[in-house]
Amino acid sequence: MKSSKYYLSPFSQTLSSLKKGDIVVLMKGITKRFPGVIANYKIDFDLRYGEIHALLGENGAGKTTLVSILYGIHQPDEGEIYVYGKRVHFRSPRDAIRMGIGMVHQHPRLIDTLTVAENIALSLKDAPFINPVPNVEELIKEYSEKYGLKVDPKAKVWQLSAGEKQRVAILRTLISGAKILILDEPTTSLSPPERNDLFEAMKALVEEGASIIFISHKLKEVLGISDRITVLRKGRKVGTVSAEESSPELLIKMMLGESKPMSIGLGLGKAKDQLHKVGHKVGKKILEVHNLYVLGDRGEVAVKGVSFEVREGEIFGIVGVPGNGQRELVEAIVGLRKALKGVIRISGVDITNKGPLAVINMGVAYIPEDRIKYGLVLDLTIAENLILKDYRRPPFSGRIMLNTSYISKWCLDLMRRYDIKTPDINTPVKYLSGGNLQRVILAREFSHNPKLIIAFRPTYGLDVAATEYVQKLLLQEKQRGAAILLISEDLDEIIELSDRIAVMFEGKFMDIVPAGRADAERLGLMMMGVRFHEEDKDTCGKSL
Amino acid sequence: MKKIRIRVERVYEVPLWLRIVIPIIAILVALSIVAIIFLIQGINPIIAYAEIFHDAFLTTYGIKFNVVKLIPLLLCSLGLSVAFKANVWNIGAEGQLLMGAIAATWIALFKLKGYPSYIVIPAMYVLGFIFGALWALIPALLKAKFEVNEIITTLMMNYIAMKLVLFLIYGPWRGTTTWKYPITDEFPAEAQLPLIPGTLIHWPSLLIALILVPVIYLFLKKTKIGYEISVFGLNPNAARYAGINKTKVLVIVMLISGGLAGIAGVGEVAGIHHRLRYPSSISSGYGYTAIITTWLAKLNPLLLLPTTFFFGGLLVGGDVIKIDLRLPSSVVYLFNGLILTSLVSSDILLRYRIRLLVVGEEDDKCHS
Repeated sequence: MKSSKYYLSPFSQTLSSLKKGDIVVLMKGITKRFPGVIANYKIDFDLRYGEIHALLGENGAGKTTLVSILYGIHQPDEGEIYVYGKRVHFRSPRDAIRMGIGMVHQHPRLIDTLTVAENIALSLKDAPFINPVPNVEELIKEYSEKYGLKVDPKAKVWQLSAGEKQRVAILRTLISGAKILILDEPTTSLSPPERNDLFEAMKALVEEGASIIFISHKLKEVLGISDRITVLRKGRKVGTVSAEESSPELLIKMMLGESKPMSIGLGLGKAKDQLHKVGHKVGKKILEVHNLYVLGDRGEVAVKGVSFEVREGEIFGIVGVPGNGQRELVEAIVGLRKALKGVIRISGVDITNKGPLAVINMGVAYIPEDRIKYGLVLDLTIAENLILKDYRRPPFSGRIMLNTSYISKWCLDLMRRYDIKTPDINTPVKYLSGGNLQRVILAREFSHNPKLIIAFRPTYGLDVAATEYVQKLLLQEKQRGAAILLISEDLDEIIELSDRIAVMFEGKFMDIVPAGRADAERLGLMMMGVRFHEEDKDTCGKSL
Repeated sequence: MKKIRIRVERVYEVPLWLRIVIPIIAILVALSIVAIIFLIQGINPIIAYAEIFHDAFLTTYGIKFNVVKLIPLLLCSLGLSVAFKANVWNIGAEGQLLMGAIAATWIALFKLKGYPSYIVIPAMYVLGFIFGALWALIPALLKAKFEVNEIITTLMMNYIAMKLVLFLIYGPWRGTTTWKYPITDEFPAEAQLPLIPGTLIHWPSLLIALILVPVIYLFLKKTKIGYEISVFGLNPNAARYAGINKTKVLVIVMLISGGLAGIAGVGEVAGIHHRLRYPSSISSGYGYTAIITTWLAKLNPLLLLPTTFFFGGLLVGGDVIKIDLRLPSSVVYLFNGLILTSLVSSDILLRYRIRLLVVGEEDDKCHS
C-alpha cells in the first residue's frame, strides 16, 4: 500500500494477526472529574476489531469526555486504558494518533482557503517537505475509491458541503494511519442522502479492518448501523447491548433511566400526538414574505426570491441542509440583516429593514440558532436574561429606573412555569445546563403570548427530554393560535411538527408541500437539489 | 525515577478570598520590582516604602495632598467605569480632562470675565463637562459609524488636546502679565474655586465626585440605560438581538466618561493652578492612572473610593521619591505601569490553576 511510504505503523504486525472480535481498545474503570461534576464514573468500555460500537446518551451523559480521554485530550483521574493489549497513557492526541487512533469531530477543523489535498498534507508528518501535494492527491484518490469517500482533492474546502468536509476529515485520519476511528456526532449537519453515504463508507471501513466508535444521540441511526451499543447516563455506564437484541424502547429506557421513560420519553410523546391531532384552525395571515432577496456574509446572494406566508395556528416548516440561506432568511425577518429586495410584513405592517426593535414591538418571539451567541448574556443573571426584551416597558421599568421588585417576582413565576432549575435568580446563566439555558430563552420569548414565533433549530444540541419539552411547547403555542415559523435541518422533526413544509436549497424554495403529503425520502432528495415535477412523480434528474 | 509535571487547568468558580488576595499580591509584585530599582540606586527599598507610606497616608500633610489628587482620579475613574462597563476602552480621559481645563479657562478669562462667582463657577463646570463630552463624542461616533477602534482614537485625541493647550498658551491666550511665559493670566478671584482652609482641596469638585459615586453606581445597576450598557458590554450580539441601539450606548457612555473627565479638568485649573499652563503641569497623568484605579475597583464605583485614595497616596509618594530620595518622579509612572501589568496578568491566575503532578517511571517510558 502506498500509504506505507508515509506511515509505518509501529504495530503493523499486531494488526495483521488480528481477527474479527479481538479487543483493540479496552478502557477499565475510567473516572474523570471536572470542577463540580463527575463526567465519567468507573466506566468500562471495549472496542473489538472490525466493529461499529455506538456510544449513546443524552447531552452531558459523558460520551464526549470518554472518547476525549481515549484520544488523549483529557487524562483520566482513575482507570486504565489498553490499546492492542498494551497499557497506554496518552498525554495528548499526538500520542493517540501514534497508536493509530483517529478522531473526526462534529465540525471538522479544516482550513477553508486551502484545497483538500493541502489540508491533508498538513496533517501528515512524513509527507515530503517540498511540494508534498501531488503525492497526497494520489493517496486521496486511492483511499476515496477504496472506501467510497468521494471528494475532489483539488477543491478548496470552503466550496465543500458539510458532508464533503466530513469525508475529508475521515480521509485525513485514515491516511495518517488510523485504524481505530472515533466519529463524534458525525451526522448532525448532514442531509439524509449524505448520511446514507457516510454509513456506506463506515461499513466499507470495518470490512477493511477498521474499528469505529460512533457517538450519537439519535436512536434510529444507532440501531441502523452499529454492531454493539453502549449507553451512558449521567457519567455512568448503563450497559452494553448488541444491536440485534435491542429496540428503541429498550434504549430510551436505558438512556433516561428506569423510573422516567413512561413520564418523559413516551408519555410526552403521546401528549404531543394529542396536541397535534387537535388539528389546526388556520386564521389570519401573520407573516408574509414576498420575493425576498438577502445577501450572505461574503456578499453572495444567499436568499433568492423567497415568498411564503404563515397563518395563525399554523406551523410552517423550512427544512434544508444548513448553509442554504436559512440563516440569512431568518435574520432578515427578525431585522438583524438587511433585505436586498422584497417585502416582509407582520400582521400587514411592512417591517422590511426596520431593525430588530420594530420586530420585537410587533410581538414576535425569536428563538435564535446560536443560543450562547445571540440569545443569552452568560455573565448576567437569570433575571437579567429573562427581561432582555421586556426591560423597556412598564411594569418592568419606569421612565428611567428598572422595577427590580416586580422583575424578581415575575422571574420567579417564569422559573416555576418553565421549570428552570437553579439555586436562585441571581446565578449567572453560565452555570446552567444546556437544557435549562434553552428554557430561559423559551420562557422569555413565550411569556407574552407572541403572535408570531420564529424558531430556528430550537432543539439543536438538546437531549431527548429537552427536545420533547421544546416540541411540546411549540405545539401548545400553535394551539393557542400563534403563527410559527420553524427552521430545522432535522427532517423528522419538521415532518412531525409542521403543517406545511418548504424545502430550501441554494437560497430558493424547491417546493412547499402540506404535511399530509410529505414523504421523507422525497424531501431528503429535494434538500440535495433534486427537483420533482408535479405531473409525473418519478425523479426527473437533477436541476443543478 | 519520579518526575514532576506541571499542568495548567481552568478554574470555573473563584472563591471570594482569592479574588481579594490576588490583586493584593499583584500590587506586591509590582512593589518588589520597583524595589530592585531602588536597590540599584543604592536606596534601601524597605525604608523608602516606609517613608512613602508614612508621608502619604499617616501625616495630615500627606492626607491633605492625597485628597487633592484623589479628586481628579475619582472623577475620571467614575467616567471610565461607565465606559469600561460597555466594553468601550476609553484611553482618552487625559485629553478630555484637558478640554475641560480649556473650557474653564475660556469662561474665566474671556467669556464670563467679571461676573460673580455664583455664575462663573457653575458655568465652568457645565462647559467643562460639555467640552470633555464632545471630545469623547468624536471617537464614539467613529466607532459607531465606521467601526474605528476607540483605543486608538481616544489615545490619539489626547495628543491633539495637549497640542491645543500648547497652542493656546503659546499663542492667543498667552498672558499679558506673565513676562512672556507660556501660561495664561491668572483667573480672577470670582473664577477661583473655594478651598477647604489650610489645604488645596477645592471642595466643590470633591463634593461633585462624592455625590456621583452612589449616583453612577445606581445608574449602572438600576436604570434601563445601565442595563443596556451591561448587556452591550458583555455580549454585543445579544444586545443587537434585543434591539439595543449600539450608537446610543456608545454615545451615552462616552459623553458621561468624557464629561466627568472634563469636570476633573475644571477642578485642576480653577481650583489649583488658577491658569492654563503646560499640559503636564495641569495633569500628572490622572487620565491614565484612572484606568488603573478603575480596573482595580473591578468597574465598581463604590470600590473607586479606596482605589483612588491609594493611588492618590502613590502620587504623593512620587513627590517623596522626587524630593527626599532624589529619584526622577517617572519612577511613579513606572510603578503605575507595573501595577496595571501585574493586575491584568493576575486575572489569568484567577481563571487557571497550576497543578504539580508526580509521574511514575512507567508512564514516562511510554512517551520517550
